[in-house]
Amino acid sequence: MADSTHPANDLDIVGVTKRFGGHAAVDDVTFGVAPGEFFSILGPSGCGKTTLMRMIAGFEHPTSGDIRIRGQSMIGVPANRRPVNMVFQSLALFPMMSVGENVAYGLVCRGMPREDAQARAERMLERVGLKGFGGRRVTALSGGQRQRVAIARCLVLEPTLVLLDEPLGALDLKLREHMKIELKQLQSTFNTTFVYITHDQSEALVMSDRIAVMNQGQFEQVGSPRELYHSPATPFVASFVGETNRLQGEIVSSSDGTVALQLPSGTVTRGTGRAPQKAAVAFVRPESIALAPSQPALRDLPNRFEGRVSAVLFDGANSSLLIDTLGFDQPVRAVLPQAGPLAGIEVGAPIHVGWAADAMKVFSA
Amino acid sequence: MMTRQASRLTLFLLLAPAILWLGLLIVLPHVEILVLSFSERVAPRVYAFGLGNYLEFFTEPLYWRTFARTAFMSILVTALTLVLAFPIALYIARVAQGRVKAILLLLCLLPFWVSELVRTLGWMMLLRETGVVSYALRAVGLADQPVELLYNDGAVILGLVYGGLLFMIVPLANALESLEPAVVEAGFDLGGSRWTVLRRIVIPHAMPGIVAGSIIVFMLTVGNFATPVLLGGKNGLWFTEQIYAQFITRFNWPQGAAFGMLLLLLSSAIVWLGLRLTGQSLGSTLKQA
Repeated sequence: MADSTHPANDLDIVGVTKRFGGHAAVDDVTFGVAPGEFFSILGPSGCGKTTLMRMIAGFEHPTSGDIRIRGQSMIGVPANRRPVNMVFQSLALFPMMSVGENVAYGLVCRGMPREDAQARAERMLERVGLKGFGGRRVTALSGGQRQRVAIARCLVLEPTLVLLDEPLGALDLKLREHMKIELKQLQSTFNTTFVYITHDQSEALVMSDRIAVMNQGQFEQVGSPRELYHSPATPFVASFVGETNRLQGEIVSSSDGTVALQLPSGTVTRGTGRAPQKAAVAFVRPESIALAPSQPALRDLPNRFEGRVSAVLFDGANSSLLIDTLGFDQPVRAVLPQAGPLAGIEVGAPIHVGWAADAMKVFSA
Repeated sequence: MMTRQASRLTLFLLLAPAILWLGLLIVLPHVEILVLSFSERVAPRVYAFGLGNYLEFFTEPLYWRTFARTAFMSILVTALTLVLAFPIALYIARVAQGRVKAILLLLCLLPFWVSELVRTLGWMMLLRETGVVSYALRAVGLADQPVELLYNDGAVILGLVYGGLLFMIVPLANALESLEPAVVEAGFDLGGSRWTVLRRIVIPHAMPGIVAGSIIVFMLTVGNFATPVLLGGKNGLWFTEQIYAQFITRFNWPQGAAFGMLLLLLSSAIVWLGLRLTGQSLGSTLKQA
């Protein structure tokens, strides 16, 4: 957040608030997006991310605060005069126009002669891998092709900023995985600044240079995908980004960043973090949990517990175990390596779990 | 085998009322009128096959001029109705929400709870020399003597547009309602002005509704009788008056039948032309209506 309102930024959001009645949908949000950056806003539905995006596009007006694009305030500038183009959730292609006309639309709006606009549109379609599709009906395209038309329609205008509002939501899983990579590649070849909105943490983690995690109208944390994943700043970020085990208890002792957390059952676990209050929550990633058939193998770990497999969740490389562990009221989730000796483990088998202190992040509850 | 026969019988029985309706009330009378229109009176109570009734139409200027006038005025009325109805439909479909929307549609429907005749008489009360508008104009000093606003083309057009408005608004509002809000926003987002968005996105999307509403209003207008007669008086000169005169005043049924067929031909031709010009098919248009 240190680089916000930097003059070299493509987008600066300065203390923007949007109230609907008494409810603040966006509450004093400040951030900056550098040129060429792929910036994501990640949050659950209703967190205000769509309102924020609609304010950047010019469809909503902030109650207070400023929106600057390349240093230029956008307050009072209508949507059709902003150097910002949006890829809508529904894509919102113009069904009454051909693919070529869809892409040429913005150029014609700028007063470019129709033939020149068509030629530019044709070249843009070629660049997104839709050569010769100009004459087709929009309805005759597949989901992925429609996606590319929606992006080409924006990129042909060479905007300062492209806004994307969960454009992958309507696609099936396989295509979505494919489009994630394609979007990222498109963004780097065109070197355009992307602001991407999603509730899907995997989309945000895979594509973004930086992510802002948004909750109840405010930014919880802004950082690179790795930062968010490995050092979440708030309990919300820890639980929203990636899979995690959540423990609740009281801090019994703390020294030098290492804290001992006592669970309601009396079991004591050791983690890292600063928690000024007694009541605390802690998070452990399933992949940080070591599994072993016997206690001695986990000898070096401060947290060692004994349990029994309650469920095997087989999902190829993402397989995991749910383990009923002594002293824990929820089963502990741990990644099950499919290449290891435990690959064939069955429900009911006894097992030992353990994790390092710095794998467990403790926050004030 | 039995079940197939039974289902066929069921289908037939279900369709029977519709077939009877179409056959007895629409097809049969039109066949009768067609046959009648080709019969010429050669002597009292003696008729022979011939094209005389149609020739009469082309040789008597009053007839074909009234015919052409009816066609032109109807197209004008349809166009005016469209221009007036479009913003109303746009508001109902895209701005009004919930109760307001229902109330607005009800307001459009309300005049139709009164018979067409009474509605037209209402206009007469407003527009006649001793009527409300004339009185108001004198009261505010815009006129120094009573103004006759009835019995001219303006009054006829006013009455016909008023009668057609609802039938234009409903299909238009239906068509506009199905336009996704994001598509309109995308139109603005990519740099379109209000006019560009209207011309390139909203109107093309509403085209089936525009054509459906126009066909309905045009047909209602061409075939209207009471409004041109009452508001236009002697200057009304609507083709339906000629048909009425032949059938009822002159008791010349074959001539009236020929005029009836010509009017049917006229409205079919103009509807066909309208569909061709706008590139719409009858099927998609009917769906919208």
